[in-house]
Amino acid sequence: MSLSGVDLAIIAIYFLAVLGIGLYLKRFAQSGEEFFLAGREMTAWVAGLSFVSANLGSLELLGWAGSSYQYGILAAHWYWIGAIPAMIFLGIVMMPFYYISKTHSVPGYLQLRYGRAASGLSAITFAAMTILMSGVNMYAMAVVMKVMLGWNIHFSIWVSSLTVGIYVAAGGLYSAIFNEVLQFFLIWFGALLIPVFGLIEAGGWNGMVARIQHNFPGQDFTHLWSTLGRFEDNPMGMHWTGIVFGLGSVISMGYWTTDFLVVQRVLAAKDIRSAKLAPVIGAFFKMAVPLIVILPGLLGLALLPEHLVPESGLQPGQHSYNEVLPLMLARYFGPGLLGLGVTALVAGFMAGMAGNVSAFATVWTYDIYRPFLRKTASDAHYVSVGRWCMIIGLVVSIGTAYLAMGFASIMDYVQALFSFFIAPLFGTVVLGMLWKRVTAAGGFYGLLAGTLSSVGMFFLVKFNPAMLAVIALSPHAKALAEDMYRALWSCLIGVIVTVTVSLVTKPKPDSELKGLVYGLTPVPKEDNVSLLARPAFWAAVAIAIFLVLQWIFW
Amino acid sequence: MKHVMIPVWFFVGALLGIYGILILASGLAEWSHPPSTVLAELHAPVWWGGVLVLIGAAYCVGFRPRQK
Repeated sequence: MSLSGVDLAIIAIYFLAVLGIGLYLKRFAQSGEEFFLAGREMTAWVAGLSFVSANLGSLELLGWAGSSYQYGILAAHWYWIGAIPAMIFLGIVMMPFYYISKTHSVPGYLQLRYGRAASGLSAITFAAMTILMSGVNMYAMAVVMKVMLGWNIHFSIWVSSLTVGIYVAAGGLYSAIFNEVLQFFLIWFGALLIPVFGLIEAGGWNGMVARIQHNFPGQDFTHLWSTLGRFEDNPMGMHWTGIVFGLGSVISMGYWTTDFLVVQRVLAAKDIRSAKLAPVIGAFFKMAVPLIVILPGLLGLALLPEHLVPESGLQPGQHSYNEVLPLMLARYFGPGLLGLGVTALVAGFMAGMAGNVSAFATVWTYDIYRPFLRKTASDAHYVSVGRWCMIIGLVVSIGTAYLAMGFASIMDYVQALFSFFIAPLFGTVVLGMLWKRVTAAGGFYGLLAGTLSSVGMFFLVKFNPAMLAVIALSPHAKALAEDMYRALWSCLIGVIVTVTVSLVTKPKPDSELKGLVYGLTPVPKEDNVSLLARPAFWAAVAIAIFLVLQWIFW
Repeated sequence: MKHVMIPVWFFVGALLGIYGILILASGLAEWSHPPSTVLAELHAPVWWGGVLVLIGAAYCVGFRPRQK
């Protein structure tokens, strides 16, 4: 496939636009608060779209479309039960503590609540995870360019990375948020035609299901819950307990409430009501994303003439699961639309990179460099360090792109990372917010035990595959199922260690926990706010829609 | 001195509007000889480009930079 002149113009305009916006925003990003937290002046809508866009990069698009080809509609669990309850929980329950404590980051909250040890550990693991995630984004980008354009992978990576480096180092979080909002619109307008055309070609939903059953007889790809009674009844090798307790209760709660990459966007909100409302607004859009991600994967099962294969088993002339979205794009899009579709994927990649490096720079500067390396310096010095961090982080993450290529699907790699670093962190943060008895030692050792146990379980199964039946409860469990159970166990281990150590160590006095812990933090009332302006009302509406979706696709 | 920031929605509108014009123009140019893609006979670039132009214009007008 080759791009026409209009396609190239669309891509070039995007690069010029993001560079121009980044340079324009540089004048607003002078102080630390402006550079790292966008001046805390974003409206609920901007923060909400940025919040959901930070998780809607090309990695998400390609990875989950590939996973839906591989596992069917079960992949939609990561958008519904694996996101909506957690986003609502963040907005309604946790956001007041983050916002009132005036923390600049999640490790920053741990610093206030538990002290330097837990904060340092969390900052280092987060920095490592962020760089690895940046690498995945680069790999996803390379996949797009390889499949669609036949472009040189190194050229694509370096041009895009350089652009991201310039605009995000210039405007800081302002640039990252502005480009995430742009990307949100580009992705929707660039990808929405795929399911529309796909359903027309397949003859509607029923026609698509009939074609899938014809192409893959004996397998059920189109039911969300009814095949989860036994591991061997569904393509994911998953049991409902893994989805409900591993994904819904641990992985998603951990990701959406403690992964600083997404929480940073909400911390940039202009006031506490906007900060509470932003994740709720994000939840509505998140629920709709399967339309442009999961449905194209299902349509690929129904319509593509070839069967796609895992990345690791790729032979010349074959295509992998991760290429299903670009293949569908190429199937329907001619000149003009193709440029828009490619730009949407490029924008997703660049916004994902920008999100990762801006979060990395904040955590490195405020939670590692300032407390451990240089405690007293001017605000301008820390902004300068943040700018350099973004450039260095980009260069390092290029190296990690190659790590991602060894996994069967991109999302297997990502979920493995989440189970290492995010699941244990959730237990530590939530316990610290809701229970004043938790001590600094409890928080640190709980986090350490959870992280080490998660990594340990991963390597245990790698070196002794028979252990899969113990950790994931079934020898039929596949990679994603294993990740869910590993996350669940590591979170439980972290919680048990946190509670045990806390009970035998001395807690902080109440006076030091004000603004940090439930019961000791006065949260502003919303009695004078109309019903339609209350975050809790819209949270209830979002939960109702979420439940209806489960019922429809049961 | 604190600068007045151009709203992000204006940038969104400008980009969508420019893309809409380009896509609409390419759709009209290929009307009599559509590309060899599936469902090309629906002429999606024409109506989708039109949608982008309308939405882009609405955002540009609604969120245009104003003097304070």
